Amino acid sequence: MKRKSRFLMIVGILGFVFLYAPILSLVIFSFNESRLVTVWGGFSTKWYGELFRDPQILDAAWVSLRIALASATLSVVIGTVASFVLIRFRRFRSKTLLSMMITAPLVMPEVIIGLSLLLMFVAMENVIGWPGGRGLLTIIIAHSTFGAAYSAVIIQSRLVDMDLSIEEAALDLGARPVRVFFDVTLPVIAPALMSGWLLAFTLSLDDLVVASFVSGPGASTLPMVIFSKVRLGVSPDVNALATIIIGLVSLGIIVAALQINRSKRMSRR
Amino acid sequence: MSEATPVPDAKPWNDPSAVPFLQINNVTKKFGSFTAVNNVSLDVYKGEIFCLLGGSGCGKSTLLRMLSGFEDLSSGQIIIDGQDQAGIAPYDRPTNMMFQSYALFPHMSVEKNIAYGLKRDGLPKAEIATRVTEMLSLVQMDDFATRKPHQLSGGQRQRVALARSLVKKPKLLMLDEPLGALDKKLREETQFELINIQESLGVTFVVVTHDQEEAMTLSSRIGVMTAGQIVQVGTPREIYEFPQNRFVADFIGSVNIFEGRITEDGEDHVMVRSPDAGGDIYVPHGISGVIGQKVAVAVRPEKVQISKGDLGDLRNKLSGTIDEIAYLGNSSVYQVRLDSGKMLRVSQSNQARSEESALTYKDRVNLGWAGSAGIVVTS
Repeated sequence: MKRKSRFLMIVGILGFVFLYAPILSLVIFSFNESRLVTVWGGFSTKWYGELFRDPQILDAAWVSLRIALASATLSVVIGTVASFVLIRFRRFRSKTLLSMMITAPLVMPEVIIGLSLLLMFVAMENVIGWPGGRGLLTIIIAHSTFGAAYSAVIIQSRLVDMDLSIEEAALDLGARPVRVFFDVTLPVIAPALMSGWLLAFTLSLDDLVVASFVSGPGASTLPMVIFSKVRLGVSPDVNALATIIIGLVSLGIIVAALQINRSKRMSRR
Repeated sequence: MSEATPVPDAKPWNDPSAVPFLQINNVTKKFGSFTAVNNVSLDVYKGEIFCLLGGSGCGKSTLLRMLSGFEDLSSGQIIIDGQDQAGIAPYDRPTNMMFQSYALFPHMSVEKNIAYGLKRDGLPKAEIATRVTEMLSLVQMDDFATRKPHQLSGGQRQRVALARSLVKKPKLLMLDEPLGALDKKLREETQFELINIQESLGVTFVVVTHDQEEAMTLSSRIGVMTAGQIVQVGTPREIYEFPQNRFVADFIGSVNIFEGRITEDGEDHVMVRSPDAGGDIYVPHGISGVIGQKVAVAVRPEKVQISKGDLGDLRNKLSGTIDEIAYLGNSSVYQVRLDSGKMLRVSQSNQARSEESALTYKDRVNLGWAGSAGIVVTS
């Protein structure tokens, strides 16, 4: 018994090392004094300073942030509506099909999503003249497609757990359906909306492939800029940037996880 | 009948001129091909606590949901205080409901939960505040006004749910298994509290429950439901002492059933020959039966006397052997194998305190019950 648990512990540690050693080394080397990425030259934060003086990176960060904010919000709205249709409406034909389709972007290769969206945007521009060219707007729309899929999954699980009699109680006490939605339903599913939003936000911030397909001139996201920089050779300021992004993303994931946990505990009691 | 005839003014259902407060006329509810509620008609009078009693899936909750407007009627009519409720949405009905799960708003404090209905009515703030305070003290939750539901115990939540459903002073309050989630002791206390609150506010209650004890303690009248139909309506005493059919006799409390045929139809009694009992059973108040008709005689376990010695002057006497004893503290239940082979359930209250039971396994015992204890039910 004892030997078994020690074995499990070693396997566990090895697993975590495998997952996190590269990230840890990246974080450590971001504080490297030396210009050579693989040679340690003492502790320094100068690459962080360098980073904030680079207008290209700052611009890209600002673009990415705006895209992430907009697409996360759009994702949550679409995800909420889709979840309501799938959970609340009585069985209708093609309900199963619809519920599979909403989650399809989760497993679809990003290259295919990107390519198909690009083709659609080009075709739409030719036929109805909108969206005019590719840029910020097309990236936002593209990111919303898979962001909505992820947030729909989260919101659906919350809606399934929700006790319908709470809404009936509000109706019974004299609230009209719209009122019930804003007074009762929305606050109850708010934690799921929040974590869905955070997830869509981080996904959008991380995305390189889809954005590369549907982006246009003047709309380079942060991952795109990093990627193009790295192609010319890894420079230490990219390490610094990556460290900042890892920090932000983990923060987002931790907050989302805490939210989900907290709401689960509340609903269970 | 040993019971005195009821006083008419206290029991409006015996008064033909009384106008029912709630009228359910031939209501049917179908879900697809399944009939959940089948042609139910029922009158409930003002100030009553009316219990719908039945097992799960008997349609009692569906009936309640139709009263509050959450389900449409397939056919029939519901009239509350003279007003037909057809097409009236739940938020416009003069009813409120206390949900089985309590359905408190998890993100609102106790105070806000109770105030919610009043706010929707657009009452002035000051009035809402006074009424909420009133309700809080009525259910003895004054100290918990700012707590959230998840910080309350089951019993406390139940009180908040009750307060929230009462605060709008509905004409009709519906309670779905109101005490289901409470433990026995708390349940007994709350039952009496509910009755007190009902009496002080004069609201008409319709309670749905599967717990016969709850129904017995709470209600002015009980409607026993099975398979979407109401099989008997009456006061708790009527339902228990004079069940109209076998289902009711069996469902409420426990009962011994003797199958048999009528052999003698006298002026004031019938004799039922039952092979189960190994002889004739005397039942006083006659049913209009014919000789040879198949009937069943129901006898409650607590009405059967049991003794090793002589039982004295009882109309019906049997003998058997004790097969099993269940000691319940306040009473003991004996399973007695009659000479015919039938098992008879007998319960006796344990009046004297003793370590050893006077009766034990394998004892030969005499059994008997007074003529009036048995009742003929149609099988």
